[in-house]
Amino acid sequence: MADSKTLEQATPAVAVPREAPAEQALRIIGTPQRKVDAAAKVTGQTAFADDIELPRMLYAKLLRSTAPHARIRHIDTSKAVTLEGVKAVITGKDVPIPFGILPVSQDEHTLCPDTVRFVGDPVAAVAATSEEIATAALDLIDVEYEPLETIATPEQAVRTSEPRIHDYGPTGNIHKLIDLEFGDIEEGFADADHVREDYFFYGGNTHLAIEQHAAVASWSPADKLTLWSSTQTPHYVHRAAAKVLELPASRVRVIACPNGGGFGGKSDPFNHEIAVAKLSMITGRPVKITLTREEVFYCHRGRHPTLMWVKSGVTKDGRITGMHFKTLLDGGAYGSYGVASAYYTGALQTVTYHVDRYKFQGARAFTNKPPCGPKRGHGTPQPRFGLEIHIDKLAEDLGKDPADMRLEHLVPPDSVTANYLKIGSMGLGTCIRKVVDGAAWRDKFRKLPYGRGVGLACSSYISGAGLPIYWNNMPHSGVQLKLDRGGGVTVFCGSTDIGQGSDSVLAYIVAEVLGVEVADIQVVTADTDLTPVDLGSYSSRVTLMSGNAALQAAERAREIVAGHAARKLDVPVDRVSFAENRVFDVEHPDTGLTFAEAVQVAEAADGTIGTIGSYTPPRSPGRYRGAGVGPSPAYSYSAAIAEVEVDPSSGIVVVPRIWIAHDVGQSINPVTVMGQVEGSIYMGLGEALMEEMVYRANRNLVHRIPSMLDYKSPTTLEMCDVVTYLIEDPDPNGPYGAKEVGQGPLLPVPPAIANAIYDAVGVRVDEVPMTPEKVLKAIKAKAEGKEGRYGPTSFPDVAWPEPIRVPTPWEGGDGKAAAAEGQGGSAADGPSPASEERQH
Amino acid sequence: MASRRPDAPSKHQIQLVVNGEPTEVLFAPHKTLLEVLREDLGLTGTKHGCELGECGTCAVLLDGTPVLSCLVLARACDGAIVDTVESMADGPALHPLQEAFADLGAAQCGYCTPGFLVTAKALLETNPSPSRDDIKDALAGNLCRCTGYLKIYEAVELAAAKMRGEQVEPSDESIYGRQ
Repeated sequence: MADSKTLEQATPAVAVPREAPAEQALRIIGTPQRKVDAAAKVTGQTAFADDIELPRMLYAKLLRSTAPHARIRHIDTSKAVTLEGVKAVITGKDVPIPFGILPVSQDEHTLCPDTVRFVGDPVAAVAATSEEIATAALDLIDVEYEPLETIATPEQAVRTSEPRIHDYGPTGNIHKLIDLEFGDIEEGFADADHVREDYFFYGGNTHLAIEQHAAVASWSPADKLTLWSSTQTPHYVHRAAAKVLELPASRVRVIACPNGGGFGGKSDPFNHEIAVAKLSMITGRPVKITLTREEVFYCHRGRHPTLMWVKSGVTKDGRITGMHFKTLLDGGAYGSYGVASAYYTGALQTVTYHVDRYKFQGARAFTNKPPCGPKRGHGTPQPRFGLEIHIDKLAEDLGKDPADMRLEHLVPPDSVTANYLKIGSMGLGTCIRKVVDGAAWRDKFRKLPYGRGVGLACSSYISGAGLPIYWNNMPHSGVQLKLDRGGGVTVFCGSTDIGQGSDSVLAYIVAEVLGVEVADIQVVTADTDLTPVDLGSYSSRVTLMSGNAALQAAERAREIVAGHAARKLDVPVDRVSFAENRVFDVEHPDTGLTFAEAVQVAEAADGTIGTIGSYTPPRSPGRYRGAGVGPSPAYSYSAAIAEVEVDPSSGIVVVPRIWIAHDVGQSINPVTVMGQVEGSIYMGLGEALMEEMVYRANRNLVHRIPSMLDYKSPTTLEMCDVVTYLIEDPDPNGPYGAKEVGQGPLLPVPPAIANAIYDAVGVRVDEVPMTPEKVLKAIKAKAEGKEGRYGPTSFPDVAWPEPIRVPTPWEGGDGKAAAAEGQGGSAADGPSPASEERQH
Repeated sequence: MASRRPDAPSKHQIQLVVNGEPTEVLFAPHKTLLEVLREDLGLTGTKHGCELGECGTCAVLLDGTPVLSCLVLARACDGAIVDTVESMADGPALHPLQEAFADLGAAQCGYCTPGFLVTAKALLETNPSPSRDDIKDALAGNLCRCTGYLKIYEAVELAAAKMRGEQVEPSDESIYGRQ
């Protein structure tokens, strides 16, 4: 499709900031549009993975472990294979190669070969002519387990060296230890007028996408595998499937179906995906699996339960002289994204309020529970909860209004933080002022009657991770464009629409550049055979990265068509304009061609018209080991004020309204931006008040509530009103200035509610979820003259490694670790696929 | 389509009217209405989120009333009138609720959308001018993880107004936020 000329043009380059075409006002970008898939979704025509039916299809079920931690002594499948209708039964020995999303954590198996690590870990898979028969066959498989000691909590993991859940990691059941120090932290506290320490705990919760994960595999006699799946990351599934199944990647085609919600829960390659592929290869028939809701709770990869300690020093004249943050993450049974998650619990504290010196220590522990991973906000809602309450407490200590305190400390735009994150546009000040005015903060804070209160919190999030999950120097997103002589344009991109509207963003941008209607654009996405790689729908990267790739491809197409149209019309090329499906002379708008005619002129001269675009994020200034997590082409900012009503007799917290201002850079489509903001508020509200993954430590560590009835999430009756302000402070790195919106607005919600509870009833709930029981305990404690607080009071001893010391930019640092430090230095420069500093 | 277990009883047959069409269907007797719609009648517009009656995703109209099709045994539906999301559009013309959901982004991932649409349709047939609280009450059994429900309320209100013959457009605040 692309000729050699355009291929050369597409050589991966560092990000080039682009402006909108200057000669005309934007027609599509920034105006409300229907999503390109809206009609299909409201008529029930969208085909999700479980909607696929193929001739001769078989149905698969997984047998899952009933033991939380055990060796598999023996598996007997002989009875199951004889059941009429059963076509194949496989166990761990049939798929022995491990996989995992991160190169450093290849610790998962399709089916456990020798050890099970949580209740729900799969040990065998059956394919049969019906789901009923497959389920019946599971009952005929005998597994003999030899129990091992169960590790229930990260505190237990820290002090238990044997047995180890995995045989890798720095020690015992610690998966990852991080110790980074930017500037001398003790000096920072010595410089302070006031120092305070706080403990926080953020409970685990899960994505609860309404669509259960499903996958269909079809092995063709031509030795090619096709795998349809409800995945956010078809490229990573492609890599994992090829590896485990020992197939050339060129013989594996992964198609991500539209996701019925993702939120990070469909970002890992999963064992059920590989299992149906293997079963299809064995039987020669298509095989489908759809997880039950209970199984989705076992797949999990949700929010890491995180214990936190933070100590900050501040001066009366408004400086944070030092901040020391410690986190302990409950990782569950496997690595998943956990190394990145652990880094993220320490990465973004510095991008909202300027910190002179910063120290971060993070530990991730293995426990015998479903693995934790990336959930909306990935690793940052937990520290943001702690930080924003901590700031609220510091403001009270100093007698300052919390809004003023934050405004005093804002990180300046176009600056570099203590941990070497490059900030571009920074609209947080505008966000704070918007919600302070909108919510009438000055009339309410500390002035409402007992039982009612307001709380403020802020946040920031990345617009895409600056580095890929596996080390490579190729683009993060690619687009191919095909121009049809009928005037249609097809966009091919590996990006995956999980409901956020990424398919639509591609169409809007291409239509804008080429002056055609959105309906003239066809979008083909998320198919590893047909589309160039996009790394996936995670880290809020898609609008910025695939949007920039689409913009580049469209501008190249425009240039080709404009050149030929100029020749045909006999006008200088800089007078050629594109609008209303026409290509015309701006000085004599009647002189022109239809867009289709212009494509035909170009095609007659050049042959088939196709272009490509690519996007690679700019290089980050950080050069120390661990500098790979946190950099982003652009940071979004949010400020939120929550109003609460607390019933002091029951501890029940009701949130009538939240005001949120979000700095999105530029809305590509304001309707979908509003939807992302409101959806984020909703999910933050659920995390703040009710959502929690709970396990029974005394009963085999089984999940207490693997159902949607008992896992409480907000219904229409709990959802609050939301007043949204969209702040548009365009970032030069975003397409048309756009930054992320899908994750950032969740982050300020839990701490804003916590701060509002304090304003309402004078007690601190330093733990999520803030259930009525916890609120009531704090209220009762206060009534008894004790500290009016619910939350953790200690942090276990962790054998931290020697810190990697990095001088700050204002100390003359160059982003590298100080020379005395052994393993840092230029580590981030080395293209080692196994080194975790490269992972986002 | 799917094979039976060796000990499975004979298939059951019923007659019903599905989306306006008289239909005869033969199915394994334990099947729910959800399974018969999706697997035996090919009507995959109706989705499932739990198959335990917890999420509202599989809602369909049974004789005009929203029910959770995962909790209804198909064999109990002999002679019933069943309407799914596939029945809402009038030929190529979308139902006003479908138009409003599309215009306001009330369908993000779209997975829960069919359940919300048929439940809202039943509401508007009995209450053409529902208050915001009426809408919340009617939709309280449907879970949505994407939207936070707000765009869904606005879409139901917009559709209701249009169905009453009013000339209305979405408010600027719902599209652009508050200024």
